[in-house]
Amino acid sequence: MTTASKERVIKYAGMMAIGLLMVCCFEIAMRATDLNVPATVAAGSGLSTPTSGSGSATLYVYGPGTAIKRKVELGQPIQLSADELQHAGRYVISLDDNRATFFVTAGPVQSIAFLARPSRVPADTPNVITGTAFVFDKYQNLVLQPQPVKFELNVNGQTVTRTETTKNGVAFAKLDSSKKEGPAQFVASSGPASVRRIVQEVASDPCSIRMTVVRDKNGILARTDPIHDCAGNPVPDGTIVTFTSTDAHGKSTVDARIKRGIAEAQLPLSNDATISVASGVVAGNEIQWRGGQ
Amino acid sequence: MKRGLPILIIVLTVVLVAMATIQPDQLTPARTPDSAVRSLFDHVKAHDYKGAFAYVASSSNTDEQAFARDLSGRDGSLRTYSSLQQTDTKVLNASEDQALVRATLEYATAVGAFYDTRDLKVVKEGDRWKVEWPVTKEAKVPPQVIQENYLRWDVITRGSSDDWGAQNVEAPRVRIVSMNAIPQGNNTIIVGEIENEDTVPGFVSVGATLIGKNGDVLGEETSFDKISHTLLPKEISPFRIDFPKVKLSTIKSVRMAPNSMLVPASADPVIGVLHQRVETDSRGRHVLKGELLNESGVTVNIPHVLATYYDNAGKVIWVSDGYVDQALQPQTPVPFAVDLRDDLASNVHNYRVTVNQYMLTSED
Repeated sequence: MTTASKERVIKYAGMMAIGLLMVCCFEIAMRATDLNVPATVAAGSGLSTPTSGSGSATLYVYGPGTAIKRKVELGQPIQLSADELQHAGRYVISLDDNRATFFVTAGPVQSIAFLARPSRVPADTPNVITGTAFVFDKYQNLVLQPQPVKFELNVNGQTVTRTETTKNGVAFAKLDSSKKEGPAQFVASSGPASVRRIVQEVASDPCSIRMTVVRDKNGILARTDPIHDCAGNPVPDGTIVTFTSTDAHGKSTVDARIKRGIAEAQLPLSNDATISVASGVVAGNEIQWRGGQ
Repeated sequence: MKRGLPILIIVLTVVLVAMATIQPDQLTPARTPDSAVRSLFDHVKAHDYKGAFAYVASSSNTDEQAFARDLSGRDGSLRTYSSLQQTDTKVLNASEDQALVRATLEYATAVGAFYDTRDLKVVKEGDRWKVEWPVTKEAKVPPQVIQENYLRWDVITRGSSDDWGAQNVEAPRVRIVSMNAIPQGNNTIIVGEIENEDTVPGFVSVGATLIGKNGDVLGEETSFDKISHTLLPKEISPFRIDFPKVKLSTIKSVRMAPNSMLVPASADPVIGVLHQRVETDSRGRHVLKGELLNESGVTVNIPHVLATYYDNAGKVIWVSDGYVDQALQPQTPVPFAVDLRDDLASNVHNYRVTVNQYMLTSED
């Protein structure tokens, strides 16, 4: 081959290479697309983002509890359904060489997890009932945006209400127990969500115990007056009240239970007995029984 | 010789079968007061109440059914879940025609060995000695209506479908109000009292861990049945935890673990403990005696008595317990007796008796 022929071959080869490169660049230019995704998307609202170019490409989306891979047609918008974007957090979307990130944020409050402590409290005590509310959206994402939460404590028609704003998804309130005993309805509500707990407000120890004794067919019947705590609440039924009778035959004791506010016990008949009553550390009156006198 | 061996085997077999089948007459007349009592209880042990009744003197004025009921128990009492294991007899005094024999009976029961001591009068009828069986008057509760206001606690617990914030109702607050470690020979006994300070009933138990001088664990035990497990609001129960073969001098400290659980419970029945007094029994031992009175309208099948003894400073110095082998019929007093350690009897200044009850059927 002559020198001129060699130069021609090199020239043609160069032109072909340049042409091929131009075709490739054109092809790449035709496929290339930008990902314009919003910075935040509400959970469960879905996402649509346009693409440019033509042909097909592989879409990758990954985020909290989510991993998606699928073929998409360039030039058509990418659709991510509401179900695919349920979990709040940072997501990465990748389409061939393009990447973008966005955040899925919690939606509006739909449910509350409510911790009420303790389940039983003494009545008429300050700052003794604690309520902690965690607010969640429809998909159980903690709603981090500040939300008002209303705490309401209702006992026997007496209602105490306090509204607190959530911080990082949590609202907290400390309430006094009411003066009257009874089951308190403790409700936390925010938006359409509302949760109810029961906090039993109970009477304290008896303030005083007073009993009377009478003779009946089986012996001596000892009976207390209605027993209340120092706030005037009836001491709960079932509380043990001990009656003791001491005479020449020994000591007789009956651990009676308060029923309907009073306690009573049958003690053995005696002509000369000392009868006393007590509940826990609280002692009541003492009666000297002289054969029914 | 060929026929001899089979015939010998057949004869031997017949003799052995006959020996196994034909028993000697077990109703052998008792020639001594002691043998009369022994024979009677031998038959009881074999659940042969008819045979046992043959040793009962006609002067006892009891019938066979009442005698059998007395020995085998009734109304689902502890006696109905027991069987006589051993009998020891001792003639306390004897004359020509009558004697007094002490029978110490050991029963195997559902709650362990149960001991009963009976002083039986034995009389001579002809040439035979017979036992004058002490007639136990069966409590007859006249037909009546006893009005009760039953009080009961039920618990609604957290369900599987509840959200994670739904809390269970809390266990009752209990507190050990006193505790005392006392030596008993080579053993260490922890006694004390626990109170349900809450307004709901609780199922309680007390555990104790003994820590040695080097910080090592010497033993770990629970109160088992030496406690009243179900405590109503403000109720106090004694407890006793035994550590066999651990000397008190080797113990540096005791770690107590009271546990409580919220349980559904009933406030009934109410059992009165009447006429409590410390006495010495026929063997010279100190016992705390009294009577139990079921003030409700249902039968209490197995009563369990727990006694707490205090010194003059109000400190718990001993806890003893005992099961009563008779059921508690409504409004009918039943006697009880529990042991008191003789070496502690002089220090006892006060005592308190509480009653556990086990019922086979619940009316509520």
